[in-house]
Amino acid sequence: MNQPLLVTASQKAGPRWTLATGAVVLLVLLALPLLSLLPEGHSLHVSAYTLTLVGKILCYAIVALALDLVWGYAGLLSLGHGLFFALGGYAMGMYLMREAAGDGLPAFMTFLSWTELPWYWAGTQHFAWALCLVVLAPGLLALVFGFFAFRSRIKGVYFSIMTQALTFAGMLLFFRNETGFGGNNGFTNFRSILGYEITAQSTRAVLFLLTVSLLVASLYLGWRLARSKFGRVLTALRDAENRLMFCGYDPRGFKLFVWVLSAVLCGLAGALYVPQVGIINPSEMSPTNSIEAAVWVALGGRGTLIGPLLGAGLVNGMKSWFTVAFPEYWLFCLGALFILVTLYLPKGVVGLLKKRGEQ
Amino acid sequence: MRAIPLPPAHPEFMLEPVLDAGSGRDAIGLGQARSQGLDARHGTVLTLEDISVSFDGFKALNALNLYIGVGELRCIIGPNGAGKTTLMDVITGKTRPTTGKAWFGDTLDLTRMSEVQIAQAGIGRKFQKPTVFEALSVFENLELAQKADKSVLASLIARLSGEQRDRIDEVLQTIRLSASAQRPAGLLSHGQKQFLEIGMLLMQDPQLLLLDEPVAGMTDAETEFTAELFKGLAGKHSLMVVEHDMGFVGSIADHVTVLHQGSVLAEGSLEQVQADDRVIEVYLGR
Amino acid sequence: MLRLLLTLLLLLPLATQASEGEYFITAKPAEQVSLLEGWAAQPDAARLPLLDNLHQGRIAEGDTRKLRLNNRLRGLLENTLASHQLLSDVAKVRLAAAQQLQKSAQPAQVAFLDRRYAIEADAAVRAALGLVLANLQLAAPEPSVRLAAVRLLGETGDPMARTRLEALLEPGVETDTNVRTAAETSLAQVKRKLLFGELLGQAFSGLSLGSILLLAALGLAITFGLLGVINMAHGEMLMLGAYATYVVQVLIARYAPGAIEFYPLIALPVAFAVSAGVGMLLERTVIRHLYGRPLETLLATWGISLILIQAIRLLFGAQNVEVANPAWLSGGLQVLPNLVLPYSRLVIIGFALFVVLLTWLLLNRTRLGLNVRAVTQNRNMAACCGVPTGRVDMLAFGLGSGIAGLGGVALSQIGNVGPDLGQSYIIDSFLVVVLGGVGQLAGSLWAAFGLGIANKLLEPQIGAVLGKILILALIILFIQKRPQGLFALKGRVID
Repeated sequence: MNQPLLVTASQKAGPRWTLATGAVVLLVLLALPLLSLLPEGHSLHVSAYTLTLVGKILCYAIVALALDLVWGYAGLLSLGHGLFFALGGYAMGMYLMREAAGDGLPAFMTFLSWTELPWYWAGTQHFAWALCLVVLAPGLLALVFGFFAFRSRIKGVYFSIMTQALTFAGMLLFFRNETGFGGNNGFTNFRSILGYEITAQSTRAVLFLLTVSLLVASLYLGWRLARSKFGRVLTALRDAENRLMFCGYDPRGFKLFVWVLSAVLCGLAGALYVPQVGIINPSEMSPTNSIEAAVWVALGGRGTLIGPLLGAGLVNGMKSWFTVAFPEYWLFCLGALFILVTLYLPKGVVGLLKKRGEQ
Repeated sequence: MRAIPLPPAHPEFMLEPVLDAGSGRDAIGLGQARSQGLDARHGTVLTLEDISVSFDGFKALNALNLYIGVGELRCIIGPNGAGKTTLMDVITGKTRPTTGKAWFGDTLDLTRMSEVQIAQAGIGRKFQKPTVFEALSVFENLELAQKADKSVLASLIARLSGEQRDRIDEVLQTIRLSASAQRPAGLLSHGQKQFLEIGMLLMQDPQLLLLDEPVAGMTDAETEFTAELFKGLAGKHSLMVVEHDMGFVGSIADHVTVLHQGSVLAEGSLEQVQADDRVIEVYLGR
Repeated sequence: MLRLLLTLLLLLPLATQASEGEYFITAKPAEQVSLLEGWAAQPDAARLPLLDNLHQGRIAEGDTRKLRLNNRLRGLLENTLASHQLLSDVAKVRLAAAQQLQKSAQPAQVAFLDRRYAIEADAAVRAALGLVLANLQLAAPEPSVRLAAVRLLGETGDPMARTRLEALLEPGVETDTNVRTAAETSLAQVKRKLLFGELLGQAFSGLSLGSILLLAALGLAITFGLLGVINMAHGEMLMLGAYATYVVQVLIARYAPGAIEFYPLIALPVAFAVSAGVGMLLERTVIRHLYGRPLETLLATWGISLILIQAIRLLFGAQNVEVANPAWLSGGLQVLPNLVLPYSRLVIIGFALFVVLLTWLLLNRTRLGLNVRAVTQNRNMAACCGVPTGRVDMLAFGLGSGIAGLGGVALSQIGNVGPDLGQSYIIDSFLVVVLGGVGQLAGSLWAAFGLGIANKLLEPQIGAVLGKILILALIILFIQKRPQGLFALKGRVID
């Protein structure tokens, strides 16, 4: 079955090889924003488009990692992680809207001829409070939902369906104009962040570096968790929850902890996504988006730490290429990916590589 | 203070746990029984009175009374459908009794505790079908079962002390799995899994062990070894063993309870119950 | 001479009619108004053909001159026509006329209406006429007459009575305190009666939604109960069924236009076959390899649904296609003054119940059903007893998908048919399965109608979106209360 693969992989395939590849990738990622600062026309110049695209994929990679923590380790397949991602994004987006609007109300509210800010957006002109919201909104929602779901021992496909219904409900709520989330269009037309112009190359570079740091930090966190007794309890929980209970562990606490942690990571990723991509709207919460995240994890290899990152990179890279080259066939490709991965690659690409390494 | 209740049925077979020290109990060292933290001054580790469980009108347990003494090794036998597994479910909190009282020691009301609380209070259970954490190694299985603070926070920062490691090694030797310590538990044979699960119970160090058909699927040699193991445990722990294998029961039990249609049919030494007419009728008459 | 006289006499109505018509068409609008008002106050059966013709925009059959009427004249004409129709021998015509007069009667008609009221024999028409009079008497100078009228209005459950009473209660309109209090009581009464109709209406749309959910969830409950897998492409089976209906409609319109009225009936077996066929194909090629891995199945079937949606988009376009109701499914049944039950929805509710019955019979009275139930309860044991589990899986999957296809036919009659059709129903039907319990037909039935009605009752109170969120919260809370009872078969299950 699924071991915490990172540990075994590094034991078997040689930690040197893994570490070397990781270091190279990290170096390239760190170099990208610096290269983007080079003048245009320089042979090593990286365009803003490329930087944004890679930054976006890195944000998705964090989501994939967060999803893997709950799915790969604790066996809880969430089909609603897009909701947490979007909540973080909306909190950051509101700060950017307020910054763009100056002392007035955000543009979409004046358009609806609202005269005052809804109470839940109070304080969002302060960056610090917006950051708190980025953590609190997804965290609290996950806490409440998880508390009730785990209390009644909802698991397996039931849990997946419930999370999907949750994100669906969230999407409906955010689509409404009167709920104060910008309706169909969401938040866009940002100008500056903390006074820095948002489209400036240097701002983009800093945001990109922050994303890389968050990714590395989440990776480290995941690694520590996977190696701790906590990680082993999660694995045990996934395979034999009853046994674990009769060993004296309360599964609810363990599930809730990793679930909330995962939601908060998603929220942070969303908060970094919005200023880079420049828009957040309710379609981020559509069930399709969340379930797509599951295929990133499945393709890369769940229960591993590298797998989700690899999967997010591969699928999104493919998507960027396909939607330009053969836009009509992308859904066929994605659908086939879902089927092929579950049928032929149950352990994902990492499992495949590992098998090769063993031979 | 509660008086020690006497079950109404079959008083001739009733062995009052404290007063009855004349049988094979000396051999298993009832005298030394000592339960840390559990108030069992009256000598009963488990008291079930008038327990009934019904599923959709079907009475799985019917006004059952059962007392297990501190350090006792009790075997429960009975034909299929007698309610053996339901009895275990009630003790471990998996099933709530429709009526009746269930006490662990003198103070803990099992009917009000969750499964986790019951496990933490000191009741360990082995399932009929061996259940271990297949993705974890044998060593890790034992580590998780080990008696320790099992909260989320403690698990996040837990590190194995030398003492704990020694204890795991000790148990590994007891269950003869030292050589397989690093193998994933999923790769073990059926019998090895049985032993691993027993080992996990040992790590939990419970006052009361519930074992559901522990020797099913074991070879004769393994069965013999298990019998020795259980006899060694009795005295330090109280054991309740559900078993079909009469040979095994005969080799370990000093005290046997026969269940039939959800209540106690007979109680006493194996010879006594085997001589009981009603038991013979239940086992052979139908 | 006598013959001539007789002929003239016979022609007289025709002549007066013709002359009245001529007169009417040449008159100025103001004169036309007074003319119509006069006719309305003193109806004459002989004038009916003329009014009918005027109503159709001409003075007589064959006359090519066009009649132009403004809105006021048109209203008056309808009123006049109705008051003439009160003289009809057919009770149904009189009833319709009285209902028209409830909206349009004028004070000048009181004397005529009083006479008709006194001699009217049909109870329904008489009640309707009473209301017409009451409406008029609200303006009577004597308070006692107004009081009686107000009380009479209170007896009805007519939306019109509410507006009349509300108008009366406007500040300064009614000065008599007795009448005012009576009007308030009557208004409350009317509102209560109307509320009943509104609630019934919401409950009915709930039933209608529930029947669709039932058709969607029924197949899901079978496949989930049997195989333990959630088929995310189940919604697309609905969609395929709806598109099959569309194709059948197009083909029949082209090759057998005479049978177009019955195309939904022909579409039923076609849709069942299409969806069941696709379902069985999927089971054989994909889902079979994923048994025992429910979460992976969920992902793989989602992939299938993406492919199906995109394929339909490429074949039929991303826009909705047009599926028309045949005549026998359009229109509705008027139950209360403010409650109309559309035939299409009535038929679908009946159809859903019929499908449930059929499924129940299939599962409980046939060999296949016995096999399906055996595999559902214990797959290994069933295999040992010689049940061909592979074949049973395939057939059951086909059955579940086929039922969804039937649901698609039903859906095409009341909603839009587009590639995303299935997606909007899939989550709700999952909730039905979660709530109703696995493999339990009765559970699905209650859960589907319960969810449907709860949805529709909550919608007007707090809005559709909040209603959905509230329902989700309620389901989560409900599961707190009954975590096992809904999900698992009872008994000892140790994992």
